[in-house]
Amino acid sequence: MSGGAGVTGRLRIGIDVGGTNTDAVVLDEADRVLAKAKRPTSPDVTEGLRAALDAVLGEVAEPTLVTRVMLGTTHATNAILERRALGRVAVLRLGAPATTSVPPLSDWPEDLRKTVSAGAAIVGGGHFVDGRPIAPLDADAVRRFLGGTPADAVAVTGVFSPATADQENEVAEIVRAELGEVPVSLSHEIGSLGLMERENATVLNAALYGVAREVTTALQAVLDARGLRVETFFAQNDGTLMAVGYAARYPVLTIGSGPANSIRGAAYLSGVPDAIVADVGGTSTDLGVLVSGFPRESAAAVEIGGVTTNFRMPDILSIALGGGTVVGQEPRSVGYRIAREALVFGGATPTMTDAAVAGGRGVVGTHPVPDEWRDRLADAVRRIDELVADAVDRVALGRADRPLVAVGGGAFLLPDELPGVPEVIRPEHAEVANAVGAAIALASGRLETIVPAAGGGNHRATLIDKARQEAAARAVAAGADPASVQIVELSEIPLSYLPEPAVRLHVKAAGPLAR
Amino acid sequence: MSQHHRVVKAPRMQARVSLEDVSALARGCAVLGTGGGGDVRPAAVAARGAIREYGEVPLVRLDELPGDALVLPLSGIGAPTVSNEMIQSADEPLHIRDEIERIFGRPPAAVMSSEIGGGNGVSPVAWAARLGLPLLDADAMGRAFPEVQMVSMYVAGIPANLVVMADVLGNVVTIRPVDGLWSERIARAVCVASGSSALMADYVLTAAECAGAVIEGTVGRAIAIGRATEGAQDPLAALEAELGAVRLVTGKLTDLERRTTGGFARGTVTIEGTGGDRGRKLTLEIQNENLVAIEDGVVRAMVPDLITVVDSQTATAVQTESLRYGQRVTVLAWPCDPLWRTPKGLETAGPRAFGYDLDYVPVEAIETAGSAA
Repeated sequence: MSGGAGVTGRLRIGIDVGGTNTDAVVLDEADRVLAKAKRPTSPDVTEGLRAALDAVLGEVAEPTLVTRVMLGTTHATNAILERRALGRVAVLRLGAPATTSVPPLSDWPEDLRKTVSAGAAIVGGGHFVDGRPIAPLDADAVRRFLGGTPADAVAVTGVFSPATADQENEVAEIVRAELGEVPVSLSHEIGSLGLMERENATVLNAALYGVAREVTTALQAVLDARGLRVETFFAQNDGTLMAVGYAARYPVLTIGSGPANSIRGAAYLSGVPDAIVADVGGTSTDLGVLVSGFPRESAAAVEIGGVTTNFRMPDILSIALGGGTVVGQEPRSVGYRIAREALVFGGATPTMTDAAVAGGRGVVGTHPVPDEWRDRLADAVRRIDELVADAVDRVALGRADRPLVAVGGGAFLLPDELPGVPEVIRPEHAEVANAVGAAIALASGRLETIVPAAGGGNHRATLIDKARQEAAARAVAAGADPASVQIVELSEIPLSYLPEPAVRLHVKAAGPLAR
Repeated sequence: MSQHHRVVKAPRMQARVSLEDVSALARGCAVLGTGGGGDVRPAAVAARGAIREYGEVPLVRLDELPGDALVLPLSGIGAPTVSNEMIQSADEPLHIRDEIERIFGRPPAAVMSSEIGGGNGVSPVAWAARLGLPLLDADAMGRAFPEVQMVSMYVAGIPANLVVMADVLGNVVTIRPVDGLWSERIARAVCVASGSSALMADYVLTAAECAGAVIEGTVGRAIAIGRATEGAQDPLAALEAELGAVRLVTGKLTDLERRTTGGFARGTVTIEGTGGDRGRKLTLEIQNENLVAIEDGVVRAMVPDLITVVDSQTATAVQTESLRYGQRVTVLAWPCDPLWRTPKGLETAGPRAFGYDLDYVPVEAIETAGSAA
């Protein structure tokens, strides 16, 4: 690996902060990997980030050629899980007298609610499914609530705002007039239909503004220390990027970016747009599906730190199989102690790494596998194959025509042949696929609204067109090149029992970053 | 109909619904939902919130109520997409209570669930807490059904001559329909005018009238079902034992065909056996709920008996809309309440009521015949 002399053109760095390791890569303009590094993730996240960044920059002859840094990070997830550095949020719902049976944050764990909530109110406002107002916006009540609820940020959620957003925007104006710089999260910019889940995501987003500032400041400090003047981008949960200014407004969207990055990275490194991706780590293997270059998304509700949201996250199946998994004791793993405890490192604990080495799947470690373990390790290899075959079958949904791309530090555990896949692909640089995924990602924007069902005439066509334009505008705001933004997804879900037939319209636009 | 297959077991000591009972109730209601009945999760959130604010809900048996006590069966009506976005007003049950008091000259004495299966089995806890009323340990189905006339009161011959509805704004509508069909038709129209979501009371009746016209013990039973699997070593075996169910197959979902016709989500699901069931293949016919289970061209269980698909590991019920290819599931079937096995019960909710040209045979009779063959 060398970023040797003669490299010209702009470079970019992809970084993925995972639970165990922080990976970094340097890519050139042709997306070739010039340098890569893996460092332990530090408790404060930032030190590990600095170490990984220093390591790759040390390999590049001309660090000043780096113009962009793409970061996928668990800062936001960790902040929520650890209830750390979260802002206090004034939670405002527009919908009274509707929705009063379930007040905001009802389903939150007590400690998280206490940490985050500065107070909550349901005021007159919101819309019916057909766009009629439930009540006019009670602007006086909004002002009274804001005046009596000092907070770091405000979260605003209106009933049916994904279809009719004007009241939420009106509240944003009131907040600006009353409180000036206090940031506001508007639910229609963050989630889709389903009030409780969207409100939860909006409040989490508002609580994360401080964390977002912390990360961007830390990253900037690391870059400044190296004298780098670069644009920075953050990876989000669908495998696309957002510009740092956009990420500062929607920090909650960074949650779940890790699996998305590794799936996208696997796609790029293997050159396959449709595949099953298995990312084998130290304690688990994550399987996802790559559909036309993007991760397949989960239909189920996503829980973050005990809070239910309706984010569209990559559909990931995690199994307790990693390089450090102790033979016969799944899901126990020796984790980072593998370099001391595994048999092939002279330790006394049989791990899946030992099994794979004994089975001739890789050359790892400093010691040969002791003979007395041969039989049990052979059983463990069969167990690996059984676990992986079962998991592949679960995520394949009946299709057997897509290859499996094996990535991550433990990819050598996987067999070369598996039922249900024609081929197992092991691309170069597979161990840092996630950081590569961050570096090569597109920028995107998405939108969900309600439109009349087919046969709705001109009004329907106009609304769909408006939705496409808005999704494209959001992609550009996230950093995409306006000239090459495309609508990559447009789906309609019929709604039942409504006065007029209607559908839920989901639009996603994406494009490469502006040059 | 032999009595030893009665769904209702010996009376339970469940005297109230506490905060801790809600998750067990929700799990149990999902099992009794036979794939339908709506999502229990949002209903559980509302129930927990209401108990926190207004206190635990006493659970009363029918024989604990005076004969002239009014029982208020409540259910949500409308589109799930709407009710998950435009959540109910806290005041809807109060509006209905006040209207009932105006009509009958006395307030209701207890709330009852119209449908124990799914979310409608959990929500009445929130409504009862809000009203400060006990919850009757009973419901009108013992499971979930898709149509309003598929209730025990209809089977028992009680006329559907009063419906009271309240919406999020506090509009209250009282309908005095000539029969069940008009009750459904007008209630739907009112619901649409109210933004496609409303709270509804129909078949308001006295405790004396309830005898033989409601299915007793179902709230306590749902809680017991939910409890049976919590922390169990083998949740599936625990659930099977608690239900007295027949395990139709344990396997993998290998085919799923969905169609939407006549407002119902219809479909056919194929489950291929794994492990000890390898080589077997069960198909399930679905219309919102799981209705008929067929193996090798032979019906193994059919509506109104209960058929539920559960996750083989956790024994958590899987709703029909959440069924997906590759899921590892077990299909359980067990007897319905004897009320549904009467001629009027079968006419209302037997296989022919759903368009299947089948003569009803109880699940336990099929099982006995199968093992004798």
